[in-house]
Amino acid sequence: MAEVSSSKGSPSLDMTPMVDLAFLLVTFFMLTATSRVSEPVVVDTPSSTADKLLPKNVVLISIDQAGKPFYNINNGDVRKKTLQKMAQQYKIEFTQQEIETFSGMTSIGVPMASLKKYINMEDADRVKAKSPGIPYDSTNNELGNWIRFGQIEAARQAKAERERAETLGREFKYEPLRFAIKADAKTNYIAVKDIIKVFTDMEIYSFNLITDLEEGPAEE
Amino acid sequence: MADVNTGDGGGGGKHAKKRAKKSSTRIDMTPMVDLAFLLLTFFVLTSTFAKPKTMEINFPAKPPIDFKPQKVNNAITVFLTKDNGIYYYNGEFYPVGNEKGVPPTTLTKTDFSDEGLHKLLLDRNKRTIDVIAKLTDQLKKKEIADTTFKRLVRLEKGRKQDVARGIEAGLTVLIKADDGAVYKNVIDVVDELNICNVGIYAIIDMGAKELELLQATSK
Repeated sequence: MAEVSSSKGSPSLDMTPMVDLAFLLVTFFMLTATSRVSEPVVVDTPSSTADKLLPKNVVLISIDQAGKPFYNINNGDVRKKTLQKMAQQYKIEFTQQEIETFSGMTSIGVPMASLKKYINMEDADRVKAKSPGIPYDSTNNELGNWIRFGQIEAARQAKAERERAETLGREFKYEPLRFAIKADAKTNYIAVKDIIKVFTDMEIYSFNLITDLEEGPAEE
Repeated sequence: MADVNTGDGGGGGKHAKKRAKKSSTRIDMTPMVDLAFLLLTFFVLTSTFAKPKTMEINFPAKPPIDFKPQKVNNAITVFLTKDNGIYYYNGEFYPVGNEKGVPPTTLTKTDFSDEGLHKLLLDRNKRTIDVIAKLTDQLKKKEIADTTFKRLVRLEKGRKQDVARGIEAGLTVLIKADDGAVYKNVIDVVDELNICNVGIYAIIDMGAKELELLQATSK
C-alpha cells in the first residue's frame, strides 16, 4: 500500500542534478573557450601530418591567397612596445588609447601610413575594411621592421623577466621567439618565398609552418 | 469601505495562494535545463578546439662568398610546377651539351598519390626506413635509451657515403618550385619527406637551365 502511494506522489523526475551538471559544463566551456576574434585575413592552411603545437612566443605572418602578408605578435606587452618602436621609426605618433586598442587587435595588414586610421576604426568597419597587406619591398620594408622590432622587444622582455626571476630566486624558463608562417594552401609559392626572403635577409632561418592536422600517413 | 473590501478580497486571495503553495513547493526545472543545454551547445560549437599544428622547418642560409658547391651523393631533385605538377631527376644535373659529355638530364613525371612520390621515396630511402624501424622496435622494448635513439636516427639520416662497405649516403632531397606551384604542393612534399624519414632536404631556387628543362618537359 505504501509503495503504491509513493509512486503516485512523484511522477516527475528531479531535474536538479541535471541542471547542476549542465551549468557546470556551461561554465567550463565559457571559461575555456577562446573567443574567436575576427581576423582581417582568411587563411585556409594546407594539411600535413605534423603534430607539433604552436609555441607560445611567436611572431605570426599570415599570407592570404593573393600573397599579401599580415603581421601578428601574440604577447600583449611586446606588441605595444613594437608599435611604439615602429611609430618612432616612421615618425607617427600614437596616443595611449590607440596603443591599447592595438594591443587588443589581431593580425594587421595595413602599411604604417594608414595604421592610425585603421586603429581608430569601429570594430565593425575594421572587419569590412580591405587590408592591402604590409609592404615588404626593398625600398619600404615595413614587414622587415615589424619583425625586427618584435624580435628586439621580445628579447628585451625575456631579459627583464629573467632578471626579475633571478632576484626573486625563481627558476626562469626561457622560451625563444619563434617565427610562424600561416599561408593559404592556394597561395603561389613564389609569394611565400619572397616573404621568407624577408626573414632570411635578417638571418632568421627557422620557421614554424602552420598546417591543419591530417589523419594518418597516407595522403588522400 | 473600499479598504475593507479589498482587505476581504486580499484575504481571499491569500487563502487561495496558500493552497496553491502547498500543492507545489518545488520549482519546475525543465525550462532551466533547456536553457542550460542551449548555452552548453552554443559554447561547444563556438569554442575553437583545434589548436594550430605546426611543421618546423629550416631554410638554407645564404652561402658565403667563397662557397664552392659540394657534390651531393644520392640526391633527388623535385620540381614543382603548375596544376600540381611534380617532376624529378636523380643525382646531378647535366644540361644539354655539357662539358663532361654526359647525356643530358631528363625529368620523370610523378604525382602526389601513394603510387607516385610516396613510393619513390620509400624505395629510395629503404635502408634508412628499415634502420629506423628496427631502432623504434628496440626503443619500444627498452633496449636502447631515448637519447641514444634520437642520436642514432640522426646519424642514420645524415650518414656519409662509405664506398668500401657499399653504403651510399643518406638520401638528400632538393625541392625547387617554379612560379606556377602553390604553397600546398611544397607542404605536401615536405610532409611526404617527413613521413618517409628523409633527414636532409632543402627548398631552394631553380637554376636557369633547370627551369628551361622543366618548361620544355611540362608543356
